[in-house]
Amino acid sequence: MFADYSMPELMSIFAMQGFAGLSLFSIFVLMALGLAIIFGQMGVINMAHGEFMILGAYTTYLTAGLFENVLPGLYGIYFFVAMFLAFIASALLGMLVEWLMIRHLYHRPLDTLLATWGLSLILQQAYRSIFGAREVGVSLPDWMMGSIAVTDLVEIPINGVIVMVLTLVIATLVYLLMFRSGWGRQVRAVVQNRPMAEAVGIDTGKVDRITFALGCGIAGVAGAAFTMIGSTGPTSGQLYIVDTFLVVVFGGAQSLLGTIASAFTISQAQSTMEFFLSGSMAKVLTLLVVVGILMLRPQGLFALKVRR
Amino acid sequence: MTRAKVTAPGLKRRLGWAGLLAWATLGLPGISAADDVNSTGLAVTEDTVKVGILHSITGTMAISETGSVQAEKLAIEQINAQGGVLGRKIEYIQEDGASDWPTFAEKARKLLVNDKVATVFGCWTSASRKAVLPVFEQYNGMLYYPTFYEGLEQSPNVIYTGQEATQQILASIDWVVKEKGAKTFYLLGSDYIWPRTSNKIARKHIEKKGLKVVGEEYYPLGHTQFNSVINKIKLRKPDVIFASVVGGSNVAFYKQLKAAGIDLTKEKPLLLTISVTEDEILGIGGENVEGAYASMKYFQSLDNPNNAAFVKAFKERWGDDIVIGDVTQAAYLGPWLWKAAVEEAGSFDVDKIREVFPGIELKTAPEGYVRIHENHHLWSKARIGQAQKDGQYKVVYETEDLMEPDPFPEGYK
Repeated sequence: MFADYSMPELMSIFAMQGFAGLSLFSIFVLMALGLAIIFGQMGVINMAHGEFMILGAYTTYLTAGLFENVLPGLYGIYFFVAMFLAFIASALLGMLVEWLMIRHLYHRPLDTLLATWGLSLILQQAYRSIFGAREVGVSLPDWMMGSIAVTDLVEIPINGVIVMVLTLVIATLVYLLMFRSGWGRQVRAVVQNRPMAEAVGIDTGKVDRITFALGCGIAGVAGAAFTMIGSTGPTSGQLYIVDTFLVVVFGGAQSLLGTIASAFTISQAQSTMEFFLSGSMAKVLTLLVVVGILMLRPQGLFALKVRR
Repeated sequence: MTRAKVTAPGLKRRLGWAGLLAWATLGLPGISAADDVNSTGLAVTEDTVKVGILHSITGTMAISETGSVQAEKLAIEQINAQGGVLGRKIEYIQEDGASDWPTFAEKARKLLVNDKVATVFGCWTSASRKAVLPVFEQYNGMLYYPTFYEGLEQSPNVIYTGQEATQQILASIDWVVKEKGAKTFYLLGSDYIWPRTSNKIARKHIEKKGLKVVGEEYYPLGHTQFNSVINKIKLRKPDVIFASVVGGSNVAFYKQLKAAGIDLTKEKPLLLTISVTEDEILGIGGENVEGAYASMKYFQSLDNPNNAAFVKAFKERWGDDIVIGDVTQAAYLGPWLWKAAVEEAGSFDVDKIREVFPGIELKTAPEGYVRIHENHHLWSKARIGQAQKDGQYKVVYETEDLMEPDPFPEGYK
């Protein structure tokens, strides 16, 4: 396995694969954070999470088109505007969906699964009607497409770095919001004991709506980020949903820290195995390991300690 | 004469309701003068003939199959404008396979049994073709199948209007070896039957020439993380990356190649793809795939009068910003080949048409000229195009003669 490579080559391999793992990690975190908030904190199984991501991606696509035609001079920075708009669009749709559908289904997780599954089909068809069945791609400003050469073999893609920084910023913001703000305290109170939270005067309906919107908004940002690496079609969201649930469940549904730890474990394992085994094999082995660990720890890596 | 032109009320009196029902469900046997061109009860009247279009309008394959549907409809409209087939206007019944193979089989049965269509144009994936094949063989229907595919198949009930594997692969490998001095290859594909078979054929051909495959790898459909394989490619330094990655994965693959510093406009490593048409480039972005070579039989940029007319008509019908890929053109050939065969046979009967197939030719094909081989595939040229920044291919090579289709190449049976 290692014998085919010389020592310096092996060093570069680990450096390159380590970086590939890190960029996979940031993608997993972006995908899973929104879901972890909705699933972990609110107990809603949101099968339409992928479609909220795609809404973000389509928003980015539209913004790119707008800048290209109206503000070509500012094309270099359109991406940051697009990301912001993606957040707003997905969060607004999330708020609407919560009001129309989800709020009637709290504490009925299996029903939320069915309802959001239906929602995902509706959204897919809507995208198909609006944007057409073909996949669309977003072109990036040149400065985002290059790479930094470290050695002959090791090159670090700039868009990978951007996704990483973005992930770091969003994770930090979510952390501050959930654990360092009054609103975060309210969310956690509602999660842990809804009647008690209501009794002390928290408007749980409002908390629910904003939490759901926040989760969807983060999905939108993730979708915007994905336009850097992939294309966008009406059904692209489905590609991500399995991995996303995998990360959240493996990490322990109610723990945001667990989500991050699980994203890190899965991405590094997969990236290292991908190099020495084949791509499909790496995926199978990763799934096997995750299933094995979940059999030993059904609550995931980080279980929330609550009295039941 | 008066007896043949019985009107419906008169008929009712003569046959009674039960008789009328039988008459309607059996597709007008015995009454229509279409009898002499249709002895098997197909949906052919004195001035119309019904055909089926069977593609995915919904689901993941809709992205790819949209172009085929557009091409088939355009061909049918053009044929109608010229007076139809054997003096009959073509009417089509469109069914949605919904990217689901059992649905394809069910809809194929519906088209053949209930609608009695004279022929069907459709399918894209090998899986959908394999699903409908038993239906077409059972009811003796005829399918015109437009996608380039892995070969290893030949059915009396299918005409394959796309390239089979050897027409696409062998010619292009010969070309990179001869023209670009390639000696080492890295094979890469999506993980299902077509890329795996294609790579098997490619590997055999490469090794027969005494050259080397330095890596072979597959990723699940829809995979978007190609960093690891790109790292391997950098280490092994192949002359050629031979790629059969399909669908949306391509976007991730080419963007990541570029981001990792592999410049396809340089000649080493050069990338040879058998799966990226102009359609896919729309999603990938011309700037990301610029410089890559593709082996197909058709490119939108082909410079000949047939193609100029085809591209113009296609854009007039479906919009200016549309692009036309290899499979779209192959789908366009279907109705025209069927028309030529029907007129040669003087009948819509599948068995009579089958007898005239070998040698049926199309001089007006956008790809130039094609002819049906005894094995139901097309004689056609192999071409290599280089991707340009504007999303079009520039043709850099084409075989001098038509290539003979060889669906069962030596050593793969």
